[in-house]
Amino acid sequence: MPVLTFLEAISDALRYEMKRDESVFMLGEDIAEYGGAFKITKGFLEEFGRSRVLNTPISETAILGAAIGAALNGMRPVAEMQFMDFVTNGFNQLVNVASTTAYRWGMGVPMVVRGPAGGGVGGGPFHSRNSEAWFAHTPGLKVVYPAFPADAKGLLISSIRDNNPVVYYEHKGLYRKIREEVPEGEYIVPLGKARIVREGRDASVITYGSMVHESLAAAEDLEKEGVSVEVVDIRTLIPFDEETVLASVRKTNRVLIAHEATLTGGFGGEIAARIADRAFEYLDAPVRRVASFDSPTPFAPTMEKEVLPDRTKILFELRNLLAY
Amino acid sequence: MKTRTTSAKGKPLRHGSGKKASSDIPAVQPMSALGDDDRKKLFLHMLQAREFDMAMLRLYRQGRAFGGVYSQIGNEATAVGSAYAMRMSDALFPMHRDIGGHFVRGQSLEALMLNHTARVGSMMRGTDGTGHYADASKKIYGNVSHLGAMIPVAAGYVLSSKMRGEDTVAMTYIGDGGSQVGDFHEAMNFAAVQKLPLVLIVENNQYAYSTPNSEEFACTRLSDRAIGYGCFGETIDGTDVELVYETCRRAVERARAGEGPSIIEAVTMRMRGHAEHDDARYVPKGLVDEWEKRDPIALYQESLLQRGVMTEQEIADLRKQLSEEMNKAIDDAMALPYPPAEEGKKHVFVD
Ligand SMILES: Cc1ncc(C[n+]2csc(CCOP(=O)(O)OP(=O)(O)O)c2C)c(N)n1
Ligand SMILES: [Mg+2]
Repeated sequence: MPVLTFLEAISDALRYEMKRDESVFMLGEDIAEYGGAFKITKGFLEEFGRSRVLNTPISETAILGAAIGAALNGMRPVAEMQFMDFVTNGFNQLVNVASTTAYRWGMGVPMVVRGPAGGGVGGGPFHSRNSEAWFAHTPGLKVVYPAFPADAKGLLISSIRDNNPVVYYEHKGLYRKIREEVPEGEYIVPLGKARIVREGRDASVITYGSMVHESLAAAEDLEKEGVSVEVVDIRTLIPFDEETVLASVRKTNRVLIAHEATLTGGFGGEIAARIADRAFEYLDAPVRRVASFDSPTPFAPTMEKEVLPDRTKILFELRNLLAY
Repeated sequence: MKTRTTSAKGKPLRHGSGKKASSDIPAVQPMSALGDDDRKKLFLHMLQAREFDMAMLRLYRQGRAFGGVYSQIGNEATAVGSAYAMRMSDALFPMHRDIGGHFVRGQSLEALMLNHTARVGSMMRGTDGTGHYADASKKIYGNVSHLGAMIPVAAGYVLSSKMRGEDTVAMTYIGDGGSQVGDFHEAMNFAAVQKLPLVLIVENNQYAYSTPNSEEFACTRLSDRAIGYGCFGETIDGTDVELVYETCRRAVERARAGEGPSIIEAVTMRMRGHAEHDDARYVPKGLVDEWEKRDPIALYQESLLQRGVMTEQEIADLRKQLSEEMNKAIDDAMALPYPPAEEGKKHVFVD
């Protein structure tokens, strides 16, 4: 199996689906000759031609609206946001048009919106945002946030084949940092299935995206002290795999939820509520959360590090949890 | 509902990617509204902008700058000439490359350098960088990354001035690419309906990141949109600082007189990549060389020398002085730490 970076795994999934299914096409800013701001679609123009690798004007409303229209008319568009932050400019199309179409018209909108998100790279307030909770809060949209290259590929293929609009987050800090073996060709990871990325007995960390890696690092630190931490990567927020999460909580009886998005109104609150609701009697300690401080993501590296969660903060909260 | 397209000669400008955009544009045209002191200032501010951009490029190459480094090299005449047409009581809403306008409004080099390098004491406390800051004392309100977002904000700013009977004008900026966001349309329509004193400068530097004009819009000139809004529109050579000044002065005058907004398209070339990480290989060979001949600073220097406004010696001394000031500003900024980490958790709200 080839070893691919996170970024290469996404390209691989896109290329595979473009080859397999003529109805799949891409649209976005600077994705053709330039291959996209992060070079995800490098070489796609040459391979698939201009009509399937469509450079658009800087018009996110048009990109997302056109994707919806194309999806209603037999295509499977994959729309790239140059940075996921810019999805705000097309917000209306996603939250009002795409998300309600199945419910109102009984029609599928098989489209994917994907792009780089997340902080820790000096991007400042407008190139760092994790906006997944907005869309998780919008019934009718599926929301995916992978942490590993193989999952990124398998989940993206599933997202493209799904008949509903999917918002697919790629943490830009993982693009070139994380690499692993990725199956060639057909490889599917179903939406709505969490994965236990590390088994443990003493506490569970429920997490996704970049915080999966920070949680694994914290779990390793604790292993040296004889503490066994389970790490559950939910992989998709919507649909949410409640069963896997609850099973882990019932096993370890202590749970920490970690995400890079800001705390208040974050998806962690939803997970905590479900656990309180369905596994209260299994808990030996209150559910704890680690998330970004409730501020925009600051530009200066010292300040950014302060507000973003990381291994150290997860470790600190895990110790509190274990000591409870 | 007037749309005009003029070069200084009155010939229509040709533009669009891959086409020669400059050969029919004559050298800088002297504008009578300007005195020699004004001319010296225009030249000074363009040099300050260039010096600043060059310094940021150096810092980037040395790994001492982070975030995107966007320069306005080749576009100084547009930023400086336009901002110079405003009063200090007017409000400037610049876009990501418009470093020149900050100098026109008297922003200090030290403040800008601290801000761009996110050092302690910077105007935004390290929360954000580049030209994103606001300085109410100079009536500068920076942009957010989301292109075009500040056009409606600028409109609202002068709406309130108008409500209070003040004669403030707002000037704001957008690129050839950014002109395609919905905010542009909604804001210009609103401003035209309300006859707001707003001047929108469209900096058409041929490219939006890697995307040429031809893939961004299908109209001939971006100023043509003025017809649709029912406001004034004009396309000019953006490398001629006095022409930019004069065109904007008239637009500001119209705005102040209650005649509503203007869209001024200034045609230039982005002489470097989108930001410094981008080698701009997608730009046809020769296009940059062609525009190199229209370097706004070289053109203006030539013109000032010819007209005897400045001497070779004066210019050499000025350049030397600016370069020394820049080196000091860099050293001073680099000697400072980043803001303390706790700053990140403060002031999410004002009191
Ligand atoms: C709404 C939005 N979409 C995408 C981007 C990403 N982006 C930043 S600058 C840029 C190109 C801008 O081109 P133009 O408006 O022509 O200005 P220039 O950089 O050429 O001066 C793009 C696509 C953005 N900042 N905002
Ligand atoms: Mg441009």
